[in-house]
Amino acid sequence: MNANDKDRPRDNELAGRELEERLARTWGTPRGILGALSTVDHKIVGRRYIVTAFVFLCLAGLSAVVMRAQLAVPGNTLVGPDRYNQLFTMHGTTMMFLFAVPVMEAFAVYLVPLMVGTRNIAFPRLNAFSYWVYLFGGLLLWVAFMLNIGPDVGWFAYVPLSGPEYSPGKRADIWAQMITFTEVSALAVAVEIIVTVLKQRAPGMTLDRIPLFVWAMLVTSFLIIFAMPAVMIASTMLILDRLVGTHMFNPAEGGDALLWQHLFWFFGHPEVYIIFLPATGMVSMIVATFAQREVFGYLALVLALIAVGFLSFGLWVHHMFATGLPQLGASLFTASSMMIAIPNGLQIFCWIATLWDGRPRYTTSLLFVLGFIVTFVIGGLSGVLVASVPLDTQVHDTYFVVAHFHYVLIGGAVFPLLGGVYYWFPKITGRLLSERIGKWHFWLAFVSFNVAFFPMHILGLEGMPRRVYTYQAEMGWGNLNLIVTLGSFAFFLSFVLFLCNCIYSLRRGLVAGPNPWNASSLEWATSSPPPPQNFTLIPVVRSRDPLWSSPEGLPAATGLSVDRRELIVSTVVDAEPDLREASPDPSIWPLAAAGATGIAFVASIFTPWAVVWGGIIVGILFIGWFWPKSEKEDK
Amino acid sequence: MRRRLLATGVLFVFAAASGGCRGAQSALNPHGPEARELAWLFWFFLAILAAVWFAVVAALLFALIRRRFPVREHSMTRIVGALVGATAIILLVLTGLSYRTQSQLYGQEVTAPVTIHLTGHQWWWEIEYESSNPSQTFTTANEIHVPLNRQIRLKLTSSDVIHSFWVPTVFGKMDLIPGVKNEIRFTVDKPGVLRGQCAEFCGFQHAHMSLLLIAEDPATFAKWRNSQLRSRLPPASSEGEKIFLGKPCATCHTIRGTPAGGRFGPDLTHFGSRKTIAAGTLLLTRGAIAGWIVDPQSTKPGANMPAVDLTPQETLALTDYLEGLR
Repeated sequence: MNANDKDRPRDNELAGRELEERLARTWGTPRGILGALSTVDHKIVGRRYIVTAFVFLCLAGLSAVVMRAQLAVPGNTLVGPDRYNQLFTMHGTTMMFLFAVPVMEAFAVYLVPLMVGTRNIAFPRLNAFSYWVYLFGGLLLWVAFMLNIGPDVGWFAYVPLSGPEYSPGKRADIWAQMITFTEVSALAVAVEIIVTVLKQRAPGMTLDRIPLFVWAMLVTSFLIIFAMPAVMIASTMLILDRLVGTHMFNPAEGGDALLWQHLFWFFGHPEVYIIFLPATGMVSMIVATFAQREVFGYLALVLALIAVGFLSFGLWVHHMFATGLPQLGASLFTASSMMIAIPNGLQIFCWIATLWDGRPRYTTSLLFVLGFIVTFVIGGLSGVLVASVPLDTQVHDTYFVVAHFHYVLIGGAVFPLLGGVYYWFPKITGRLLSERIGKWHFWLAFVSFNVAFFPMHILGLEGMPRRVYTYQAEMGWGNLNLIVTLGSFAFFLSFVLFLCNCIYSLRRGLVAGPNPWNASSLEWATSSPPPPQNFTLIPVVRSRDPLWSSPEGLPAATGLSVDRRELIVSTVVDAEPDLREASPDPSIWPLAAAGATGIAFVASIFTPWAVVWGGIIVGILFIGWFWPKSEKEDK
Repeated sequence: MRRRLLATGVLFVFAAASGGCRGAQSALNPHGPEARELAWLFWFFLAILAAVWFAVVAALLFALIRRRFPVREHSMTRIVGALVGATAIILLVLTGLSYRTQSQLYGQEVTAPVTIHLTGHQWWWEIEYESSNPSQTFTTANEIHVPLNRQIRLKLTSSDVIHSFWVPTVFGKMDLIPGVKNEIRFTVDKPGVLRGQCAEFCGFQHAHMSLLLIAEDPATFAKWRNSQLRSRLPPASSEGEKIFLGKPCATCHTIRGTPAGGRFGPDLTHFGSRKTIAAGTLLLTRGAIAGWIVDPQSTKPGANMPAVDLTPQETLALTDYLEGLR
C-alpha cells in the first residue's frame, strides 16, 4: 500500500458513519444555483422530471376541462373553433409527449438505478441534458400557446392539413419542432436505461432476478429506440415541406399524403405501449408487495412484456382502417391487433393469481391497481372491438374511440402511475402520503373517471365525431355530454385532492423509514430518501426478492473508491462484477449544450441556416462537455 | 332469423339502459343491409366482451374476498394457462367473424349501381351524379338523394385536406384523401332523411361539415334527378340574379343557366330545393339565407365564404332569388 493509495481509501477500509459521510461528499451535488444546474444525480434529475411532467399533466388537464365546458351544452360559444382546435391539440400533444412518456421515463430515471443496486444512472450527464431538452421543448409549446400561436392541427398533425398550404403561419412548425425536442430527450433516456440495466446491475442480479419494473423499462426503452425515429423523420419531412419547399407529402407533386400516417402510426402505436408497459411494471411491483408474496408467473410476465413489445410494431395500420388500404392487408392488422390481447390478458391473469394466493393489504396504492384492472380491462376489450376492420369503420374518430383510449391510457397507465406515486413517494421524500386522503382520492378518481368517460362510448355510437368544437341541439347528444362534463370536472378535482395530499404529506406525512411496505426489491434496502451514493455498500443479490430472502441484511460487494465516483460494471447475463468504472462528476456543460440545442431547434422553425450554425455551436459545446480530464484512469 | 331476434333483444336491453340511441346519425339504427350487418356484429362483440369483463371482475373480487381458499401454485399455473387458451380461442372466433363481415361489405359485386362522385372541400361536400350519358350528369352539394333497394356506389376523393365520409345508418367511414380514389358500395332499404358528418379532422369548421342522405322510393328519386338535371328556371324578378352576377358571388358559385360558373363553392343551381345550408349548419329558411349572406363568419367562423357588402334591399332580393332556385 503506497501513499497514493492511502489518499484513495476504498470502501472496505472504512466503516459506519465515516464511510457514509465520505461517500455522500463524493457523490453529493454542490450547493447553490450552479450546483443545482450542474447536478448529474439521477435522483435529483428524476425528481425534476417527475414534477415537471405533473405540471404538464395539470396544464393538459386544464385544457381538457375547458373543452368539456365548451361541449357541456349544444351550440355553446365559450370558446370558438380557433381556440378549441388549439386546446385539443395542446391536450393530446402535452399528454402524450410531455406527460405520459416523460413521467414513465422519469420514474425509471429515479428508480431503475436504485432497483438494480448501482450508484448512478449510466451517462448521467446525458441524463441531465435530456431533462433540459425536454423542459425547453415543453416551454416552447406552452409559450407559443400563451402567445396564441399554439398548434391547431391535432396531436397527429395529418398532412395536408398541417402542410404549408392549409396551415400557414408557424403553428404547425411549433408542433413539429416540439416533437424533435421530446424525442431527443426520450431517446437519450432510453439509451441510459438500457445501459444501466444491462451493465450496472448489482452483483448476482442475473437476468431472471431483475425486478419487473426494470424489465418493463428495458423493453420500453427498446421500443422507444425503434419507434421514435419514425416520428422524428416524419416531423423533419414536414418541416422541410413547410420551410424549404420540398413536396414529400404533396400529392400534386408526386408526394403522398398517406405516407405521413404510416410514419406517424408506426411510432404512434408502439407509443401506447411505451406508456403502458412501464405501468404494468409498476403494477407487478405493487401487487407483489401488497399481496406479500412473489409475483405469480415471473417468467410469463417477462415474456409477455417482450411479446407485447414485438407485436406493438405490427399494429399501426389499425389507425388507418378508413383510409381505403387494400382489404386483405387491413384484415392482417385485425389479426395482429387481436393477438396482442393474449399477452396482455396473460398479465392480468397473473396479477389476479398473485392476489388470489396472497393476503392483500388495501393501501391506496393497491386500490389504484385494483381500479386499474377493472377499468383497463374495459379499455382492452373495447380495443378488441376497434381492432375489427368493419367495426372500426363505425367507431373510428368518434367519441367511442375517445372513450376507448382514455380507458386504456388513464385506466391502464395513470391509475398504476398514481398507485406508483403512493408506493414510491415515501422512498423519494422520506414521508408517507396520507392514506386517509388517499382513499378519498382513489374513490373520487375512480367514480368520476367512469362518469366522465363511459358515456362517451354511447355518444360515439350515436354518431358524435371527435374534434368537433360544438354540436347541434337536434342531435340529441346534450344530456350525455353534460354528464361527461360534470364527470370530467370531478375527475379534475380528484387531482386537486391528490396535489393537496402531496403538499400536506411532504410536511406532515408519517416518517417512512427505509422499507415502510415490507417490499422486496433493492430500492427499499437504502434509507428514504436515499443518500447521494444510493447504497453505502453495493448489495449482492442472491434471489429474485432479495429483501425477503435475506431479512437479516444483504451481503455487500466492496472495493470501490470512497472519494472518487466509481461504480461496478457487471456482465450482461449473470451480473458478475466485471470492472470498476468512473462515473462523471457534476457539470454545467449539459445545460449549456441543451440551451444551444434548444435555440438551434427554435431558430430552425424560421430559417434552415439555424441547423448549420446551431450544429457548429452545439458541436463546440459537446467538445467542452467531453474534454478528457488529465486524471489518470484507474485500473 | 334467430340471429336477428337475438340482436333485436340485445338492442332492446341496451336501448332501454342507455335511454335510447336511435337517431339520424346512429350506428345502431341501420337503414340498409350493410349497416345492419355492422350493427349485428357490434352487438355480438359487445355480448362476448361484456361477458369476458364480468368474468375477469368476478375472478378479481373472488381473489380479494375469499377466506383461505388456497390454490396450489401448480394448479394455478394450469388455470392461468387454460385462461390464456380460452382468450386465444375467443379472439380467433371474433377475428373470423370480423373477417366474414369485412369481405361481405367490401367484396360486393357491382350491380348497375347509382354512381356518385363525392369530393370533399373545406367545409362542404361536392356531389356529382355519374352517367354514361354526359347530359345525364349533374353536380349538387351537401345533400345526396338515393333510390331505395338499389346499390349505391360512392367514389370518394378530396380537393384539399383529408375528410371522411360517414353516414352511420348506411355504412362505415371511408376517407376522402387528395390524390387517392376510394370507393364504397351500399344499399339503403328503409326510407328516411339520414345524416352524416365529416369524421376526419379537417380544420377550422370540421364541426360544421355534415350532409344529408335522403333515401326515397325510385319514382321520387327519378323526379328529383330530373329536376336537378335542368338549368335554373328563369326567376320571377331578375333583380336578385343581377345582384348575384354583379357581386363576388358568381366567382365562386355556379348557377346553371346563368353566366355564374365559379367552382370554388357549392353549385347553387337548385339551392332552394335543399333542406339545409352551409353543409348542414342551418335549416334552409329565408332568415337563415339572409343571415348567412350578410354574415357567414358569425355562423361558421373561418368558412371560406366572405361577407358580401349588400344594402338591405339587395339582401332581400338576393334571398328571394336564392330561395326560388328550386
